[in-house]
Amino acid sequence: MILGLVEHDRGRPNDLSFQMLAFGRRLAAGRGEPLEAVLIGTEAEPIAGALGAHGVSKVHLIRHDELTDYAPEAWAEAIVQLIASTGATVVMAAGSDRGNEVMAHVAARTEMPMASNCVAADPGDPFQVTRQRWGGTLLEEAVLRAPVTLITVAPHAVQADSSPATPTEVAVAPFDPNLSEQEFRVRVTDRVEKPAGQTSLSEARVVVGGGRGVGSAAGFGALEELARLLGGTVGCSRAVTSAGWRTHADQIGQTGVRIAPDLYIAFGISGATQHIVGCKGAKHILVVNTDREAPILARADYAVIGDVGEVIPALNAEIRKATGG
Amino acid sequence: MNVLACVKRVPATSGRITLTADRQEIDTRFLGFTVSPHEECAVEEAVRLVEAHGGTSAVLTLGPEAAVEQLQDAMALGIERAVHLVTDGREWDPVATAEAIVEAVRAQEAAAGPFDLLLFGNEAADSGDYQVGIRVARALDRPCVTGVKRIELQDDAVEARREGPGGWEVFRVALPAVLTVKEGINLPRYPSIPGRLRAKKKPVERTVPEWRSGGLEKVRLKLPSERESEVEVLGTGAEAAPRVVEILKALGLVRA
Repeated sequence: MILGLVEHDRGRPNDLSFQMLAFGRRLAAGRGEPLEAVLIGTEAEPIAGALGAHGVSKVHLIRHDELTDYAPEAWAEAIVQLIASTGATVVMAAGSDRGNEVMAHVAARTEMPMASNCVAADPGDPFQVTRQRWGGTLLEEAVLRAPVTLITVAPHAVQADSSPATPTEVAVAPFDPNLSEQEFRVRVTDRVEKPAGQTSLSEARVVVGGGRGVGSAAGFGALEELARLLGGTVGCSRAVTSAGWRTHADQIGQTGVRIAPDLYIAFGISGATQHIVGCKGAKHILVVNTDREAPILARADYAVIGDVGEVIPALNAEIRKATGG
Repeated sequence: MNVLACVKRVPATSGRITLTADRQEIDTRFLGFTVSPHEECAVEEAVRLVEAHGGTSAVLTLGPEAAVEQLQDAMALGIERAVHLVTDGREWDPVATAEAIVEAVRAQEAAAGPFDLLLFGNEAADSGDYQVGIRVARALDRPCVTGVKRIELQDDAVEARREGPGGWEVFRVALPAVLTVKEGINLPRYPSIPGRLRAKKKPVERTVPEWRSGGLEKVRLKLPSERESEVEVLGTGAEAAPRVVEILKALGLVRA
């Protein structure tokens, strides 16, 4: 049986988990094994019904009074006990912050290897994977030697698949793990929420990004305006956060946020590998740059050759004209 | 407050990566070396914690002889001493890496007293395994918070924040603890010339652990087949604006 951790935050599923299930579905079909899912905490129960469309035949619902908010060690220990109880052969999660974290805890507890951010799997003996290095700039073919295969699936490596040939019924099996206080020593004890209505970079449909070519912190004002006109969110390159023009939370790249919008508009960004890793999930890329030879042009669908300070005001004015605003 | 920051020597790749003929490594003949930005921040955080609260700071790496360069970079920023687990250049997988670090931490603590905090980068720049810090924490039975972008010390505990789905997630864990940090937790300082000179005189303790396999075995590396997009140049300067708006309309992002 192949087991996928469907990650959620206080009951809201993470879309990357559905990509992971699509990966798991193919793997399960190849091995002739069922795909089952695990949901942690009763808050997640409403998600169960929708998982049948993603190829899941059974959902294991982990129940425990203390499982109210995210607690990585408790999540991992519950999964370890579920593995022992069900005999899962492959256990997987999304290659998200939490997915990688929980699977690493599972791996540490079971003293087994784990391959993170896989883009392909060949379930022979030994189990072979292709996984991302350098944020996906490089791939590694590797073998995993372990009684249970533990992997995470690279974000945006496969598309979610919720179109089954025949809709399947999902059985929900409650599972009550034995968890001690020790497993809850790391848990979310408080939250500082983002202001409502602010779309996060990773979820934005349109991202307006700025690099060194924007010239200054004040130069981002015009990018903010463009983002407002397009209903988008502003991001930036590492050069910008290193210069102190924007907070690190806005940084797109290998050590910042990975984005996957319909359109990414990159102003004055040359396109170092570190940045490309963060924006290659975009469906369309429009680049505004003075340098026709900038590396980012090789990744772009459209380009405007010109200075940011000259192009943005003209573009904002043109959009206002088009929308009558 | 005794803090140990762990770092990994990696090639400084900013452009196109090329592989060695046997496809086992990146061709580094024309590249410099560095550590991940996350780890630069781990080093900076260790220095700041000791500056603010007293105590000692150390840096550790598992890597080839040449990785002494990265240890000296860290000591140039203010770290007091270094521990070098010297390898023959072969890659260590995350299980084996964590084991070697655990052995070294135990030996260091037996000789010089316990570390209150072990700091790692959230993930190594090259292998991106996302697990060494967690494995070390498990082996030493210490709590671990990953992806940390803010630290506040409180008596015998540390409050660590990270960015979660809806904003900041706050964790409060007892010391000693393991934290894996992300770039953005601080803005690392630049090393000064006197700092660089002092670093050369600081102690580097060397041990040579025996290579081992941890169950994740690299077969070969390969470059992903990249979508080489044909870029369409829409125009030059402000005059391109109407053409851009046409594209935005076609994508359904601007409605008249």
